[in-house]
Amino acid sequence: MNRFALPVALFAALVVVLAIGIKHSPQKGMIVSPLIGKPAPQFSLPSLGDPAHAVTSADLKGRWYLLNVWGTWCVECRAEHQMLIEARDTHAVPLIGLDWKDDDARAHEWLAQLGNPYETVAIDHSGSTAVDFGVYGAPETFLINAQGIVVYKYVGPLTRDVWTQEILPRLPAHAAGKS
Amino acid sequence: MLPELGQFALILALLLAGMQAFFGIAGPMLGRDRWLAAVTPAVAGQAVMVATAVGCLIASFVSNDFSVSYVAENSNSALPLFYRVAALWGAHEGSLLLWILLLAAWTVAVALGSARLPPRFAARVLGVLGVVSFGFLLFTLATSNPFVRLDPPMPDGRDLNPILQDPALAIHPPILYTGYVGFAVAFAFACAAMLEGRLDATWARWTRPWTTAAWAFLTCGIALGSFWAYYELGWGGFWFWDPVENASFMPWLVGTALVHSLAVTEKRGLFKSWTLLLAILTFSLSMLGTFLVRSGVLVSVHSFAADPARGIFILAFLIVMIGGALTLYAWRAPLLKSSAGFELGARESFLLFNNVLLIIAATTVFAGTMAPLIADALRLGTVSVGPPYFNPTFLLSMLPLLALLSVGIHSNWKRGRLKDSQRLLLISFVAAAVLGSALVYGVYTNGHVLTPVGALLGVWIILSSLAEPLQRWRRRVRVPRGMLGMTIAHSGLGVLVLALTTVQSFTIEHDVAMAQGATTTAGAYAFRFDGVQDVEGPNYDGVGATITVTRGGALVAVLKPQKRQYWVQHQLTTETAIHMDHGNNILVALGEDLGAGRWSLRVQIRPLVSFIWLAALIMAIGGAVAASDRRYRGAKLTEATVPAGTEGSAA
Repeated sequence: MNRFALPVALFAALVVVLAIGIKHSPQKGMIVSPLIGKPAPQFSLPSLGDPAHAVTSADLKGRWYLLNVWGTWCVECRAEHQMLIEARDTHAVPLIGLDWKDDDARAHEWLAQLGNPYETVAIDHSGSTAVDFGVYGAPETFLINAQGIVVYKYVGPLTRDVWTQEILPRLPAHAAGKS
Repeated sequence: MLPELGQFALILALLLAGMQAFFGIAGPMLGRDRWLAAVTPAVAGQAVMVATAVGCLIASFVSNDFSVSYVAENSNSALPLFYRVAALWGAHEGSLLLWILLLAAWTVAVALGSARLPPRFAARVLGVLGVVSFGFLLFTLATSNPFVRLDPPMPDGRDLNPILQDPALAIHPPILYTGYVGFAVAFAFACAAMLEGRLDATWARWTRPWTTAAWAFLTCGIALGSFWAYYELGWGGFWFWDPVENASFMPWLVGTALVHSLAVTEKRGLFKSWTLLLAILTFSLSMLGTFLVRSGVLVSVHSFAADPARGIFILAFLIVMIGGALTLYAWRAPLLKSSAGFELGARESFLLFNNVLLIIAATTVFAGTMAPLIADALRLGTVSVGPPYFNPTFLLSMLPLLALLSVGIHSNWKRGRLKDSQRLLLISFVAAAVLGSALVYGVYTNGHVLTPVGALLGVWIILSSLAEPLQRWRRRVRVPRGMLGMTIAHSGLGVLVLALTTVQSFTIEHDVAMAQGATTTAGAYAFRFDGVQDVEGPNYDGVGATITVTRGGALVAVLKPQKRQYWVQHQLTTETAIHMDHGNNILVALGEDLGAGRWSLRVQIRPLVSFIWLAALIMAIGGAVAASDRRYRGAKLTEATVPAGTEGSAA
């Protein structure tokens, strides 16, 4: 091999490394969260439907649920909304919404217009609960088990692939019921 | 309607770019000279179409059309008009469009300036530029279309990222990209020369002004980015060695090597294959930089997964462009013989050292930038590379480079003896040592070990670069623009070295907690905290502090740093307050509310820090002056027939 071919050989090596990077990269959109395997942060937030009523992590304990962080200001949330409705209709696991730094009136309008996939929506005006959960940006989805442990986290709009390949297989058979 | 028109224009631009590439490259290859006539119209048509597309997207931004996804994600009805236009390059899709627009502009400039080039060679250059443009247009249309509609439309947009809402950053990407894209011209000249299998001094003369101009833009772009980081990020640093900065710095280092290597190729007919390789590398790093900065694809291999289509397309595109050019290089470069030799101590040898050291510097930066990505890709765990790696390794190659620059500038082409300039060399060195020590021990005190070294090198570079123009001026010999530009650029480098040395050695930095009415001191200055009040802007609100700065009891300035909360994205930004006083940069950033009226404040005195950006500007001006040398424009067609290697001594 002549020395003039050396650059192209080095470049080929770099390409191979990057290609391995693409192939081996972890599940789509998954950012490893330090919370996985640990108890979900405690929270007590007003409910969107009934502000006098509180949605608390303590009340949710005892059954599996999917915590979906969203906001009407978030474009990708609109993109995933249809998928959330489909997820609700499978009755595989209840969806709890965390309406992050949002306007209540707009949130009501959004759910009325696009349909409400959530069993309950907690309002996080200050964003402090989202901070506790280590939310980078909406939408983010956390799968939490009956013991209140975070099992899985997904960043970005939920897709059918993620739903069928990541979330459904992690659920126990009885997750939909109230243990 | 406008977004659809824009998309249609982009598709037409893609087809025209394909035409430009095909006729430009296949025409000369197959000897079909009639095909060459199609190249220039394709260039013009493509430029019009790309401009139309950009115009459509800007119109969507200006008219707040939130049915366009890209507009909805990067603008807001409360956003001021200026930023609504600048939001065009606020994210990935629009940045690509800006890239394509600038490439079209450079291509039109090359087409206009190529009237004196042999028609086949000009067609090849434009053809290669067509390939680049085709690739970027295809990438945009296939994976990053900025004209995608939302249904139903958003009631209002998500707003432009607040940290981008700043005048310096709004104009930073266009200038930086002009530099990046400009290196496409050098790349195209290199590929055209390889396709022809011929490279001579005339080729270097054609290539030089384009390369130098691109280099000047890139210099300005990097300086603007650094300036922005200095006052907007609130930490008071001007360079953080983060991947985004490195992405623009690597093509600059290799581009600088290219500028110097081209000089040798032109004057002496040497370094031919090396120059070609540098031209390919510079543009490859520019492309890498484009993807690093905006798409985030290479920041972490994980982002590949966020949009696999995008990641795979980029990889395929890089394989075609860079891999193709390097293969062409492996095949054609052995044909290019450098006939003449040179002695150690001749200017060529110093420029060789210059190239080697710049490439070592670029390699260390590349290694540090890519190591975390490669470790990540190969699952070797998380690696974090920061200033403790970059600072010493970079200095290791830069210090010899700066010292050799001062010596090398006194050397002659071809002949190795420095005897003629020995006296001058000695004078400039002694003068530099005296002035440098005066600066370190007279004006400022408490330096580090490197302080006298930096001061000496900085002054020495300036004095050395001025030596020849001053001699010529005294003997009333004309100073050509090329030499004038070189002198200005090298003096700028000297100023940069001096500024960096002073800033690194004599910065005073305090983080203090202050209640209203309290006073703190930093260096010769006293800072009184006069409390905070609410502020409100068009799309944000926040708090502003008032700090009165005095020196020896006399009022210096009243500084008003702010912390802003942008409404839509709920993002906090720090607006540092900066004041210049006797070359000292006084910087105050507002920190956290500690309760009970107490706030944390960051107070910094950075001597000569503004000279860092001034120096970059001087360097860029030097580049512009050199690029405008009449010699480059006067390159006549007939000279192309001069065989390689014989014209060296004449220049």
